Amino acid sequence: MSGALILLATLGSSLLAAVIIFLLPERAFRARTGLNLGAALIKLGLVAWMVWGLSRGGEYAVEFPVLEGLAFVLRADPLGIMFAGLSSLLWLFTTVYAIGYLEDSPNRKRFFGFFSLCVASTLGISLAGNLFTFLVFYELLTLSTYPLVAHRGTAKALAAGKVYLRFTLTAGLVLMIGMVALHALAGDIRFGQREILAEFGPERRPLLVGLFWVLIAGFGVKAALVPLHGWLPRAMVAPAPVSALLHAVAVVKAGAFGIVRLVYDVYGIELSDALGLLNGLVAVASVTILYGSLRALAQQELKPRLAYSTVSQVSYIVLGIGLFGPLGTIAALSHLLHQGLMKITLFFCAGNYAEELGIHRIDELDGAGRRMPLTSLAFTVGALGMIGLPPVVGFLSKWYLGTGAIQAGLPWVIAVLVASSLLNAAYFLPILARLWFRPGPDHGVGAWPEERRLGRLETHAWLLVPAVVTALFSLMAGVLAGMPFSPLEWATGVANAEYLP
Amino acid sequence: MSAPLASPPATEAALLWLVLLVPPLLGLLAWRFPPRRMLPVLLAGLPLPLATLWLLPRVAGGAVLEGSWAPGGLQLHWRLDGLAGLLLLLTQLLLLASAAYAVGHRRATELAERAFAGFWPLLGGLAAALGVIWVAADLLTLYAALELMGLTAVGMMLLPGKPEALAAGLRYLLYALVGSLAWLLGVALLLGATGRLDLAGLAADAEAGPVTGIAMALLAAGLLLKAAVFPLHGWLAPVHASAWTQVSALHGALVVKASFFILMQLWQRLVPEAQAAAWLLGALGSLAVLWGGLQAWRASRLKQVVAWSTVGQLGYLMLAFPLLAGTSAAVASLAWQATWLQLAGHALAKAAMFMAAGNLVLSVGQSRLADLAGTSRQLPLSLMTFGLAAVTLMGLPPSAGFTAKWLLLQAAILAGQWPWVIVLVAGTLLTAAYVFRVFRCAFVEEAPRHDFRPLPAGMDLIALLLALAALALGLGAEWPLALLREGGLP
Repeated sequence: MSGALILLATLGSSLLAAVIIFLLPERAFRARTGLNLGAALIKLGLVAWMVWGLSRGGEYAVEFPVLEGLAFVLRADPLGIMFAGLSSLLWLFTTVYAIGYLEDSPNRKRFFGFFSLCVASTLGISLAGNLFTFLVFYELLTLSTYPLVAHRGTAKALAAGKVYLRFTLTAGLVLMIGMVALHALAGDIRFGQREILAEFGPERRPLLVGLFWVLIAGFGVKAALVPLHGWLPRAMVAPAPVSALLHAVAVVKAGAFGIVRLVYDVYGIELSDALGLLNGLVAVASVTILYGSLRALAQQELKPRLAYSTVSQVSYIVLGIGLFGPLGTIAALSHLLHQGLMKITLFFCAGNYAEELGIHRIDELDGAGRRMPLTSLAFTVGALGMIGLPPVVGFLSKWYLGTGAIQAGLPWVIAVLVASSLLNAAYFLPILARLWFRPGPDHGVGAWPEERRLGRLETHAWLLVPAVVTALFSLMAGVLAGMPFSPLEWATGVANAEYLP
Repeated sequence: MSAPLASPPATEAALLWLVLLVPPLLGLLAWRFPPRRMLPVLLAGLPLPLATLWLLPRVAGGAVLEGSWAPGGLQLHWRLDGLAGLLLLLTQLLLLASAAYAVGHRRATELAERAFAGFWPLLGGLAAALGVIWVAADLLTLYAALELMGLTAVGMMLLPGKPEALAAGLRYLLYALVGSLAWLLGVALLLGATGRLDLAGLAADAEAGPVTGIAMALLAAGLLLKAAVFPLHGWLAPVHASAWTQVSALHGALVVKASFFILMQLWQRLVPEAQAAAWLLGALGSLAVLWGGLQAWRASRLKQVVAWSTVGQLGYLMLAFPLLAGTSAAVASLAWQATWLQLAGHALAKAAMFMAAGNLVLSVGQSRLADLAGTSRQLPLSLMTFGLAAVTLMGLPPSAGFTAKWLLLQAAILAGQWPWVIVLVAGTLLTAAYVFRVFRCAFVEEAPRHDFRPLPAGMDLIALLLALAALALGLGAEWPLALLREGGLP
């Protein structure tokens, strides 16, 4: 198969799945399940093929003109394929989880249709070859996630959907204005053509700085940078698989990935440094990291705590981008993957507690480790990773961030990291203590809020397996970080390409 | 008259006039034998867009087919360039969709046989009027076509025969007549000053001065009234509330745009450099965007939402005037492409949206937004179509609305005309507000169950195809835009 064809097939697999799902009747449960899993597997296979092809110097690109001097460009480069690999891998698990989670609930056709549309948009974002194409899929992602956020149709869900749209649509417009202005200034910049902006004379510099911050404001909403993060905790009313999607796979990642593209592939790290943009990014990221952690500490319910934890963790990526030097870049790119693996595990587990035992508040978790040992183990792995304990991958991210900060000559960032790690420990360790060391209903103390026996295992197998597998991946990505094709290795390769001329 | 006529190739000219004049004949035929199925309608209408597709390559690369004829001492001119050809194609597709939809509508509701039969000759007349407007190159032909368009449109509005339809239709007629009066005065002034009525001649002979200015102001006032541009939009929303869906679709998609098209043609030829007046039109457009959006947001009935959204979306088109007046060639080219892309995208999407809304209302049996509860489960296809059409109206990708907004923004930024950027932002957010209000109503789960009336599948399918066409035009914009660029500004 030619490169363009594989690229289109990767994108088309979930687009086609979405269309077929919309055409199938609501009751066609088996056909829909088969289609969902089949499309996810095919997509994963195609992305794996491209990963292998890229490592052997293959070319995957397709483009056509949309306007005079503006093209729709899809291209698989190492950075994009990294994000594509993450989203299609996690997609498979989220699909499995969602099928189990939504068993017997209404409107599954609508849910899975938009779910597939969502993955198609995320794939488009990762494979976009210029800002225009990126924006097309970025906005498509907004549109296709709205029905998922508002899925339950309750007043609270509809209100959350409204807030979500207010934030993301406004951000999309800001982004569009920034991109159009950049286009008017410099023409169609393909990702990687860093020389175009670098060649502008000093009189254009203030304009470039202004546009950079306009674009960051646009990306910052989805990336949940403080103070643009307000939609994320509120979107917690959505079903658990959607939360996994928002936090780990697609939405906040799309924002962070946009910032990665902007800094590395449009402005270029050297120009960004020369314009003094990186320090601003580090400052914004530091504030967000600390603020998110503090707010997480204040939450009494499990999902909001995880949500604020996302606010804080995603900014590690932005922090890494802001640290000039290969180590910071490695930290940023690898954390894009690591955070996804760990956070999706945590959300799967939170969903399991809610589905099996009816637990929403943290103080209801006492002794849950005995009742649901595998789920609790998975949760523990994810939580320890977030705190940054080896051998879970979170440790690697923090290690590279710390060394990157020293390389960039910003030792105070280490203080931020230490403070943040302490805060992470302060809001995760009590949960772990409750899970494993407090007596609970299974020890004869109290009762679960709403216990359901969903399967022969500790809960429904479709819910349990994804959580355990993603936890294992988080461990393996840490232990086997030195192997080829590990997230860290791939990120190192991309970072080297960025800094070596 | 004996002026030497540039004669275009005979085949092309004959085909063009055939394409323009066949629809009324088909309309008369359908009047005598009202169609009962969609397929014959589609088969009868399909050769027309195919013929236009055959003509389009012949006006590519800036080529123009033009000619004139002289019945009874009058010299009448016509001219087919890329823009006119594209608009002709768009018109034919939308008329075809509307005709097919009408057959389904007839099957789904109990309509009086005579009213339904009366729809067809009016549709044929409207098709001819619109076609002639796109190709007419003198003020007299334009006047005749404009009147024919107005009268057929009013006739269609009156078809339901209900008191509120009559009241709204007659009000529309009154407005249209006032508009025509202003137009006639303008034409008379121009005729007195220059002694000619053909557009090319006027462009050459009309001198910038008070007479041209006043004439243009009169012409513009008449056309703005017919195009329902703020603040002359009062007649639009009531008319749509009571008209048949297929009629509203055509009216919102094409009829109001025809007046805008004429205005643009005249403006570019008579007063292309009048910046203050152009900014005034831009300001009116901005107010239309805001006011139409606000009213659509406040409207309590679904068809009212769609109708007010037309008022708002027409405002975007008016932004072309300040961006074309006295700006650099690059800006003007961008604004020119943006305008027609926006017009085409909005026409397709608005027709789709009216049809989807009509299907929802027909199926639910209620027209209030609150009654839409539960439609997301019961009528997913109609709601999906509504959503897809809304994507274009909001200007979100991938859609013609998005690509047009990109061009408009680029033009405004390059020209440094920042107010329009703000208008575009506000318009987009308002559109999103009223569109998602509809969805919030549809997503409500706990609601009393209605009986949902089943509709012929074709009705949903036509609307869906139109909405998808508006989306496809977003990323596939290069072909029509290349035709426009080569044609250049008049």
